[in-house]
Amino acid sequence: MSKKKKISYLINMAGILFVFLVLTAVFQSGVLGNRTEYIKGICTTACYTIIMVASLNLLVGFMGEFSLGHAGFMSVGAYASAIVTNVLYQYVIPDGALFIIALLVGGITAAIAGVLVGIPALRLRGDYLAIVTVAFAEIIRVAFCNFKITGSGRTMSGIAKLSTFNWCFWAMVICLTFMFMYTRSRFGRTVTAIREDYIAASASGINVTFYKVLNFAISAFFAGVGGAMYAHYMTAMIPTNFNFNYSAEMLTEVIIGGTGSLTGSIIGAAFLSSLPELMRQFANYRMLAYSVVLVLVMIFKPGGIFGKWEFSLTRLLSRIKKFFKTPPKKQKEEGGSIDGETNYSGTENA
Amino acid sequence: MEKPIIPVLKTHDLGISFGGLKAVDCFNIEIGQSELMGLIGPNGAGKTTVFNLLTGVYKPTEGSFYLNGGKMNGKNTHQIVAAGISRTFQNIRLFKKMTVIENVMVALNMYMSYSLVSSIFRLKKYFKQEEEAYAKAMELLKIVHLEEKSEVVAENLPYGQQRRLEIARALATGMKLLLLDEPAAGMNPTETEELLEIINVIRDKFKISVLLIEHDMNFVMKICERIQVIDYGVTIAEGTPEEIANNPKVIEAYLGKEEEEEGVVLC
Amino acid sequence: MSLFIQSLINGLNQGAIYALIALGYTMVYGIIRMINFAHGDFIMVGAYTLFYTVPLMIHQGMPPWIAVFIAIVVCTVVGVLVERIAYRPVRAAGSMSALITALAMSLFLENLAMVVFGANPKSVTGIFNLPYLTIFGAKLQEKYLLTIGIGVLMMVGLQLFVKKTKLGKAMRAVPQDKEASVLMGVNVNKIISITFAIGSALAAVAALMYCSTYPRCTTDMGSMMGLKAFIAAVLGGIGSIPGAMVGGIIVGLVEIFVKVYVAPGWYEAITYSLLIFVLLIKPSGILGKSVGEKV
Repeated sequence: MSKKKKISYLINMAGILFVFLVLTAVFQSGVLGNRTEYIKGICTTACYTIIMVASLNLLVGFMGEFSLGHAGFMSVGAYASAIVTNVLYQYVIPDGALFIIALLVGGITAAIAGVLVGIPALRLRGDYLAIVTVAFAEIIRVAFCNFKITGSGRTMSGIAKLSTFNWCFWAMVICLTFMFMYTRSRFGRTVTAIREDYIAASASGINVTFYKVLNFAISAFFAGVGGAMYAHYMTAMIPTNFNFNYSAEMLTEVIIGGTGSLTGSIIGAAFLSSLPELMRQFANYRMLAYSVVLVLVMIFKPGGIFGKWEFSLTRLLSRIKKFFKTPPKKQKEEGGSIDGETNYSGTENA
Repeated sequence: MEKPIIPVLKTHDLGISFGGLKAVDCFNIEIGQSELMGLIGPNGAGKTTVFNLLTGVYKPTEGSFYLNGGKMNGKNTHQIVAAGISRTFQNIRLFKKMTVIENVMVALNMYMSYSLVSSIFRLKKYFKQEEEAYAKAMELLKIVHLEEKSEVVAENLPYGQQRRLEIARALATGMKLLLLDEPAAGMNPTETEELLEIINVIRDKFKISVLLIEHDMNFVMKICERIQVIDYGVTIAEGTPEEIANNPKVIEAYLGKEEEEEGVVLC
Repeated sequence: MSLFIQSLINGLNQGAIYALIALGYTMVYGIIRMINFAHGDFIMVGAYTLFYTVPLMIHQGMPPWIAVFIAIVVCTVVGVLVERIAYRPVRAAGSMSALITALAMSLFLENLAMVVFGANPKSVTGIFNLPYLTIFGAKLQEKYLLTIGIGVLMMVGLQLFVKKTKLGKAMRAVPQDKEASVLMGVNVNKIISITFAIGSALAAVAALMYCSTYPRCTTDMGSMMGLKAFIAAVLGGIGSIPGAMVGGIIVGLVEIFVKVYVAPGWYEAITYSLLIFVLLIKPSGILGKSVGEKV
């Protein structure tokens, strides 16, 4: 490991810690008064929304295929984890451990579902794939409406409230780090190559189907983790929560933030989670305004607000340093991110 | 006892038909170790289809083909590439939005084995293999004179350089047989000259065999040791450049038609 | 036996509605390769128009179904406006932007309806007051037969229009090669607008048929029905008019028969499984044409 990279990791860690401490301080100090819990709740919501949107971005941005059934994987994770924690709750297990178990169970079951759906579905591309993902998500929803263990179509309630803000924040940081590391590895590179030209990719010795299914499963894994957090935050849910509209909403968040930009996903998700708070007075017009904004973004910035740009704390710091060291006119554009370690922590405050 | 020499590539009555139309019929070819062979023919003769058959893009409906004696029929493209046949494309197919070095590193993926766990936890293996792949890719870029452009996004390269990058990417797969589909198309004389030199360097350095499709006859005559000519999917002649240049059948195939393509000049 | 016939007629009725909606999806997809998610909401617009105009017609002493002509005009205007304002500017930006814009327009129409008409469901009173009919002991609603008849008529008419008229030929030429169509003197923008107009008009007719079967309109009625109709279009082979009919009828029949005979809770899952199954065997749908990629 080069020294430069080590430093870059440390800087990013410090950045994340800083954001966390600021948020904690705000909550502890009571500046927000009686709305503290409410805001904290929104921040928690933002945490799992960010994971889910970022996981969808693995498909949309890096593989170039859009899924309109991501809510299906989320519901798999949500229900599987809820069932497992309901069983385990009677044993004396610390909440933290139970939370981690819930997330892993949610992620793994969703990943298995991802493989099962991905193997047949990924033979199709483009719009057809999108339709098949809708079909699979609807099948999952109907199944959960009928299974007794998932509440036979009625609300499943009494799920342990394990998703606290602290836990969710760190789970999000870890998930995002993993996703980021994944995209900046041979796996991410391969998936990007498949997006660019799958024929050339297979002519370069890449097993296109394998990497597509792998990417699909990883995306489903993180959606499942998000779903598990959702279940243990809401403590009650119904299969229709995870319908087509939810999937579509997540897809719009990915696109509006910027396909292929995790920074965009984070800001998009965080912004939309806080939208209800920002527009409390205009509840009726909220979605109306959102749809108009969506159309405007598509017309004027089809690549999404952030495009493929990633926020980098390292880069920012080095720019600031340069700015103070040298006269402004000599500022050199830092080309590309060869050192590759970008940070997204600075924008996590929902 | 002396071992019989196994040809690098040998096809046996290879053929494919699309809806009753035989695009390639009874295609037989033998390419020896380090041999440089040309595949020529008028437009629409089925040359690219042969490449598509040899790389598993199409599955042959008849016949079979062998790489170093191993049967390749019915294998997928990536399996054939792993076995040792790699190619470039007539209409360049690069990973356009990726950088030059990334394009090559994608093809090195099959030599990298670090796991998902190594990548998300950034274990030692990740850094070691990524560094090795980077060094290897740079080495290949040097061969095609693109080492200065390693961080350029592929689609921003000029045309001739894109063709050379495709060659570097194909080389990264570590093949035994390289298929070049019109490598000199659209190049100016200087670029063509440079390409000639690169192909020779590659062959000497990697001890590989090359099969190339090309319309620039000067190029083909200058570089190929043997040439096979096909027309309407059928082989009509095979031999050294001199034999081909004087073969009446070949001349007829090229000149006997009205819709002859510009730039096809027989020496 | 009587249950079977009743289910058959119900299924065909349902299928005819899906088929008419599917036609709108298929025509738009056929011409600009875009899933118009807002199409389902055009039906909602049509249904609300009927809700307001049917009593008006009755009040004037006219047959209530005349209101459908007003609905056709309203839907056509909405459809063409949506295309003109939202879809045309993003057409060059790629399929992802088009898809998102369509989703956004669907959201927009639904929420606009929510603001304008309120969240409570509205009930559209009897459009057709027709007696029951008894065949083989099965009690059938005559309006169902009428609905099926209207559906078949619209589809045959559309098919003739596309195959025989100059405008129809232009509509088929544009997706083949946009540039060549322009060179041949086809005004592509005009053709696309006309396609949206026809699709939306069909949505208004579908709204009439829907409301005569289920006299209830809600702001989100379009999205769910639209999704199923779209599934029908894909199943039949998107871009193909006969395909939309076949797909619509199949989805309608499967839905009703599974509901009646197999497992009421699972009918949607079975429809979707059928779609997946067909797409995996024939990715272009039952009557669609497959397009390979040139290497």
